[in-house]
Amino acid sequence: MSVILTERAAQHISHFIDKRGKGFGVRLGIKTSGCSGMAYKLEFVDQALDGDLVFDSHGVKVVIDQKSHVYLDGTELDYVREGLNEGFKFNNPNARSQCGCGESFSV
Amino acid sequence: MALLQIAEPGQSAVPHKHRLAVGIDLGTTNSLVATVRNGIAVCLTDEQGRALLPSVVHYRDGGGISLGFDALGARVSDPRNTIVSVKRFMGRGLGDVAHTESIPYIFEEMPGMLRLRTVQGSKSPVEISADLLRVLRQRAEASLGGELTGAVVTVPAYFDEAQRQATRDAARLAGLHVLRLLNEPTAAAVAYGLDNASEGVYAVFDLGGGTFDLSILKLTHGVFEVLATNGDTALGGDDFDHRLYCWALDNAHIAPLSVEDARRLLMAARAVKELLTISEEAPFHLRLGSGEEVDLTVTRAAFFEMTRPLVQKTLIPVKRALRDAGLSPKDVKGIVMVGGATRMPHIQRAVAEFFGQEPLTNLDPDRVVALGAAMQANALAGNRREDEGWLLLDVIPLSLGLETMGGLSEKIITRNATLPVARAQEFTTFKDGQTAMSFHVVQGERELVSDCRSLARFELRGIPPMAAGAARIRVTFQVDADGLLSVSARETSTGVEASIHVKPSYGLTDDEIAGMLRDGLEYADGDLASRALREQQVEAERLLEACAQALSADGDLLDETELSAINALIARLREIIGGHDASALSDGIAALSRATEDFAARRMNRSLRDAFAGRSIDEL
Repeated sequence: MSVILTERAAQHISHFIDKRGKGFGVRLGIKTSGCSGMAYKLEFVDQALDGDLVFDSHGVKVVIDQKSHVYLDGTELDYVREGLNEGFKFNNPNARSQCGCGESFSV
Repeated sequence: MALLQIAEPGQSAVPHKHRLAVGIDLGTTNSLVATVRNGIAVCLTDEQGRALLPSVVHYRDGGGISLGFDALGARVSDPRNTIVSVKRFMGRGLGDVAHTESIPYIFEEMPGMLRLRTVQGSKSPVEISADLLRVLRQRAEASLGGELTGAVVTVPAYFDEAQRQATRDAARLAGLHVLRLLNEPTAAAVAYGLDNASEGVYAVFDLGGGTFDLSILKLTHGVFEVLATNGDTALGGDDFDHRLYCWALDNAHIAPLSVEDARRLLMAARAVKELLTISEEAPFHLRLGSGEEVDLTVTRAAFFEMTRPLVQKTLIPVKRALRDAGLSPKDVKGIVMVGGATRMPHIQRAVAEFFGQEPLTNLDPDRVVALGAAMQANALAGNRREDEGWLLLDVIPLSLGLETMGGLSEKIITRNATLPVARAQEFTTFKDGQTAMSFHVVQGERELVSDCRSLARFELRGIPPMAAGAARIRVTFQVDADGLLSVSARETSTGVEASIHVKPSYGLTDDEIAGMLRDGLEYADGDLASRALREQQVEAERLLEACAQALSADGDLLDETELSAINALIARLREIIGGHDASALSDGIAALSRATEDFAARRMNRSLRDAFAGRSIDEL
């Protein structure tokens, strides 16, 4: 199993890394905080760390630490537009519930 | 469902805690809102994908407001209720606005700031600007999916205290929390300086719709410092349109136009100008309401020729700013181009020739200010790591000072001092037993207060009665990062204090600022002479005052001859005090001082005797 990006998400990430001028890939992760217990983390990666899992999806390196992978396995990261707003969205099969805003979830 | 953005490593925000901050370029012609997303500053667009919001507000008959692109058409159909370029009226009184007769609005003079009478009632420029800002705020909130933490709003470097305050008030009225007001050139430098991370001296060449600003900035170790600013408030892209418009009138041989036709022809001229930026030749075609027809062709060469004087005019403030900064064109490492008018190839060429290098044009000149403001907002909202933080220094465009005796301006904070700044100076009383002091805060480069701009007045009361010159009053001038001034005065022995936040009733027009700067240089010699004269006059007054007091108290110490000699000198000094001869005055002062030396010694003896009289040595 792994974590994948949609093609659209991959395109946007490559574009952002280009504009940023540096970056190895993108880090997906979870943190234990937020109203529903866990929150997603989405960051640029300059260097993968020991114990990180690295996936390749549409040419973009996706970096996940092992602990987060337990909660993210099977997740698809999409880039969507909702009205004027646009950004990344986690489609996580492990999440049983999430708070209204979707920034925080529980398993 | 909140959508996520990619954060810098280790920077993921706690859910619901990511602080949404935007930068707003509230322009004379167009306004923009930008934010930092996924690490990149981007302008936010409306539903049609347009980033620019024309700074036009139409108050419709029967209620309702149209803004931006929706209001453009109303400029022709309902000019009186369609407010364009409201920025020019921010913080201004009616007297500050030139050519009111050619502006189609009904102005109302109000204390502090003019108002415009529209079909929906009287509107202040602050309210009109707030209507524009509100639309940008709503756009930002819809785009970012949440409430804004704050905004950085840009203002021209030349904006004075009143205009800055008006801008801040407008933002507040629009429901925005203003993190900071940022000078436009500084914002442009932020957009370029941070992206390219190159150090050195830069010039920001900002040719907007109606104004031209030139700023000299220095970037060192990530610190932005404005070394000098200069400009011309009556020079902008609109003037180039106007040249074409006049050319068309001449060449098409048409009669004077109706208001609607004039506006139509001007819009056509603008379109032609824009076309000439990308092509060698442009058709100038228009059918007027009068039935007449304009059918011309303009070549790029002809356009360049007719606007050459305008291009040359932009170089005057460039030279002045360089001189103020003590630099020559070759010291400038790069030139940042801001404002849509800098797209014109001959402007770029003139700038390149003057500085001996090509200007920077890789960012969109219409957006660069908003992008820089967004970066600053992002930093101020706390979305950056501490160690990445950078300082932003701006400067005071005109010296700030106090009126001292004799109508002289004592500069407390000098021009081009970097913001934020606080300076203190001690003053003292002029008369014996003086218990109050009046402070007059002025702005300008000239030596005499009458040549400077009055900003505010306040009084310090409750000074304990002391001999003249004994009281120590510490006056502190403080200008915050937004360029807003507060002045406080404190008597050091008792701690009595008075202060004022300068919110002057009238702002200075940019023309006035430019004029005052020019005068300051041109009249420097004359000013010094008049300063010397005024100082002698004050000294003479002080001496006459002291003599009068001494004579009334201890006149009996003098014999007839001594008294008449002193009285003669006093009369002589009184005679010449109103004159213009500083050296005669100085001679008169010296003569009277000499003549009264002996008298002063005798007075001293008497007061000592009085103090010791009837007391034994032990008591003392």
